[in-house]
Amino acid sequence: MLLPSHFHREVNMSVVVANDIRKSFGPLEVLKGVSLNVEAGEVIALIGRSGSGKSTFLRCLNGLETVDSGLIQIAGHAMSRKPAALRELRRDVGIVFQSYNLFPHLTAGENIMLAPVQVKGETKVAARDEAQRCLSMVGLGDRFDAYPDMLSGGQQQRVAIARSLAMRPKVLLFDEVTSALDPELTGEVLAVIEDLARQGMTMLLVTHEMGFARRVADRTIFMKDGIIHEGGPSAEFFTNPRTPELQAFLRSEIG
Amino acid sequence: MRTFGSPEFFFIFYALRWTLTLTAIAFVGGGLVGIALAVMRISSSKALRVATSAYMQFVQGLPLLILMFICYYAPSLFGFEVSAIAAAAVALTINSSAFLGAIWESALRAIPKAQWESADALALHPFKVLRFVIAPQAIRLAMPSTVGFLVQIIKQTSIASIIGFVEITRAGQLVSNATFDPLKSFLAVAAFYFAVCFPLTQLSLWLESRAAKRGAHA
Ligand SMILES: Nc1ncnc2c1ncn2[C@@H]1O[C@H](COP(=O)(O)OP(=O)(O)OP(=O)(O)O)[C@@H](O)[C@H]1O
Ligand SMILES: [Mg+2]
Repeated sequence: MLLPSHFHREVNMSVVVANDIRKSFGPLEVLKGVSLNVEAGEVIALIGRSGSGKSTFLRCLNGLETVDSGLIQIAGHAMSRKPAALRELRRDVGIVFQSYNLFPHLTAGENIMLAPVQVKGETKVAARDEAQRCLSMVGLGDRFDAYPDMLSGGQQQRVAIARSLAMRPKVLLFDEVTSALDPELTGEVLAVIEDLARQGMTMLLVTHEMGFARRVADRTIFMKDGIIHEGGPSAEFFTNPRTPELQAFLRSEIG
Repeated sequence: MRTFGSPEFFFIFYALRWTLTLTAIAFVGGGLVGIALAVMRISSSKALRVATSAYMQFVQGLPLLILMFICYYAPSLFGFEVSAIAAAAVALTINSSAFLGAIWESALRAIPKAQWESADALALHPFKVLRFVIAPQAIRLAMPSTVGFLVQIIKQTSIASIIGFVEITRAGQLVSNATFDPLKSFLAVAAFYFAVCFPLTQLSLWLESRAAKRGAHA
């Protein structure tokens, strides 16, 4: 496909390019033209009310949802419906879910080793070292042999992050990864994400943690009714929200 | 006239290997076809889903006895003679495949969609998703009912006696006819069925309670 030359330049600089993404579930239009560029090393927070399309947008970025129209380029891959091309893309794009979704029949270490061995063809020995390293990064170096149901929610979520990290992704997507956790456990997960931010990982995170978004995200994006209603550098975004809708949302979230 | 003695007892005992052989064929053959059916039932191809569903419904709606008659007599319409064991093995395999397919299909469906999704998101090939993520969990789920169905197969092999295959039920009939002592003959047969089935039903119960007690990795 031929793209206009200005678009090519954008593609080369950005890790994520989403251009005019539209998506409907039946008669319900959930994304009504979302465009977003993310540069390497940027951390983007996505906020908005329930049903505004945040998860759907995130899931479009790694092909878990198909888009009706619009363009997605991510980690150097064009979005595709072809299974093989989609798998290539997903090697470079990790996602962490609200409900952790660890594989319950595998230990923490085995959860992490699975994709490197089965997708990248790494040896078990190399994958084991890498899994151990990833577990240590999330502060669980001593829980390699623990099964998920022996771990707390916060620990499971950190294993899920380690599982994504083991593929050495170029982008990580987080969908409300602390929303299922008791308040006293959110801190340990957020600390891991903050650590990744410091190391320069490119991340998009849907979150309800306003303080965290403000502190860690380079930019924050407010989604409303399937569009990006307002967005900008986090400091400015939270101090001087421009639209009344964002002002109202922030009031309701921060209380 | 003969009385029921140890030769009669051993006659039935030796026929046990044919009961077990038929069981093994039906379980392995039906299991292999059943795996294929279960996987096709959850495939994305509508044609495959409909075709496999039709097959399973059809077989499940057919008495095994009739299926066995069909397998025994139908080939002769085309000029083939099949042995009783071949007809019984095919009928039992067809029957088991439909039921095992249904058991495993529901086990596969019981694995949360989120498991498929997170495995997909890790770039695993669909076959590897099935092999390493879904199947191990589904197998654990289906284990108790699979062993339970194995017990059914053992008992269903008795129907092969109708087409003259000498497994233990037929052996019991023969002994009964020779000794005019049906009670002893069939009590002996019953004892053999029980001896084989009882440990398996216990195993099935144990698997079930273990699955209920322990977590998914049990
Ligand atoms: N698979 C689906 N089928 C039908 N409707 C869906 C599906 N997924 C999402 N929706 C609908 O799309 C809308 C947007 O959902 P989405 O999950 O993207 O919202 P969200 O911003 O992530 O909300 P939340 O904060 O509750 O997670 C909602 O109205 C939701 O009910
Ligand atoms: Mg959501």
